[in-house]
Amino acid sequence: MTDAYIVGVDMIKFGRFPDRTVPQIGAQAALMALDDCGLTVQDIQALYCGNLGQASGMVGQRLLQEIGQTGIPVVNVANACATGATAFREAWASIKAGLHDVVLAVGVEQMGKGLLGGGAGAGGIAKEGLLGSGTMPAIFAEAGMEHARNNGTTFEQFAKVSVKNHQHSTLNPKAMYQIETPLEEVMNAEMISYPNTKLMCSVNVDGSAAAVLCSEKKARELGLMKRAIKVRASVLASDPWQARDLVMPDVNSCTRKAAKEAYEMAGIGPEDVDLIELHDCFATAEILHYGNLGICKDEDAGRMVDEGHVALGGRIPVNVSGGLLSKGHPLGATGIANIYEVSTHLRGEAGGRQVKGAKLGMTHVIGLGSACAIHILERA
Amino acid sequence: MSKKLLPAVPYLKVPENGDPYLEGHKCGECHTTFLGMRNTCSKCGSRDQMQAVTLPNAGKLYSYSIVYRSFPGIEVPYISAIVDLDDGTCIKGNLINVEPDPASIPFDMPVEVIYDDALGRKDKEGNGYLSYFFQPTN
Repeated sequence: MTDAYIVGVDMIKFGRFPDRTVPQIGAQAALMALDDCGLTVQDIQALYCGNLGQASGMVGQRLLQEIGQTGIPVVNVANACATGATAFREAWASIKAGLHDVVLAVGVEQMGKGLLGGGAGAGGIAKEGLLGSGTMPAIFAEAGMEHARNNGTTFEQFAKVSVKNHQHSTLNPKAMYQIETPLEEVMNAEMISYPNTKLMCSVNVDGSAAAVLCSEKKARELGLMKRAIKVRASVLASDPWQARDLVMPDVNSCTRKAAKEAYEMAGIGPEDVDLIELHDCFATAEILHYGNLGICKDEDAGRMVDEGHVALGGRIPVNVSGGLLSKGHPLGATGIANIYEVSTHLRGEAGGRQVKGAKLGMTHVIGLGSACAIHILERA
Repeated sequence: MSKKLLPAVPYLKVPENGDPYLEGHKCGECHTTFLGMRNTCSKCGSRDQMQAVTLPNAGKLYSYSIVYRSFPGIEVPYISAIVDLDDGTCIKGNLINVEPDPASIPFDMPVEVIYDDALGRKDKEGNGYLSYFFQPTN
């Protein structure tokens, strides 16, 4: 089987674009990714398009109406917050299978403001606030409190994740916000769902990101190996049965399963990874994944933040982009935006937030319900 | 006015004569209990082995969040709680009759399931509902 390479990748600066359509927002990143490698839409043999909000709206085809209708196969993908990464993985699989030589993966989302989750069911009465909460901040607060009960993790340690990621975002011009948030400000911000304050919740933004993938042969033919990024592992997992998972969505076991498989596929261990972009949809969520991804023991996860090991300049920087907490979380775009971030470091093009000498990086997203997608990328 | 309250969820049973209770289904093959009705076990995949069981009203607090921001019209703060019932079944609901303060909400706190009006919520036809809540065991 051929290896698959990212030859072009980019994202738009995340923000709020109510006057533009979803395909228009996606088209912008698609063109940027094509420009990044000097290819055109005529070179693309298939499009894998991730979007959640208009999952039945043929966003991929409408995106081609914006940039060139060449008649190529289009697959529209929806997989909760793992949507973008799943689209990328489908693109990767088509290269690995020898079906195509040059393909495009796009993730795009246009979000409203406000709380996600906890919607009313059909018929009867509303259950929100009657049978607990189905809102995302509460669900991830409960997951964080499970970590607290098992490992003694504190509100302050969760809050420090947000301090770190907001600090990182000051170095990322494509992040929604570039504002430092001191610890007291994070802890004293409006409490949304204890222990998540408003500054510990990811930002709902609009955004898009895209990647052009090539087979090794094609990348060499096109002379694109110099800045190419090798996809060393691509893994997708759903949540294996756990005693509480029908009541308490489980983001841990699917991450552990996907991480184990990804390390095996790449033939490396967690100690070989130079940076990670992981799914910090809430500050509580980030800490869970240090142990899940094997960069420390579960009981040491809080200390990883306290001691700066996961900050830029630390042993294993996590979310140097600013993460979902400050860069923003346009659901369907996030997976590919993470891939853009890691690729940019591996290319040595990350400017002020560059992780020095980065050779191997990991991306991780969780779609609640649950889906976990992990990619391990390497400088070619 | 004295119309009978309807169950807020299908797994809450309200017998004609007798106390309300929560119903689960237990797999005859691997003995895992699930909240509510199902025909196939999601742990072992066995089909048509599920037996209805009455769930216990006693359990322990596993995890929680104190919810301060919810949708319009929903009273806050409240405690959204994950409880392990004594037979191992996991269930989510509001924890009531305790201060919404982490210092008052220790993990593994013994709780009991109680049944009461669903906070006065009514459906479009004006029907009232019975729901379940958790409270600390005295």
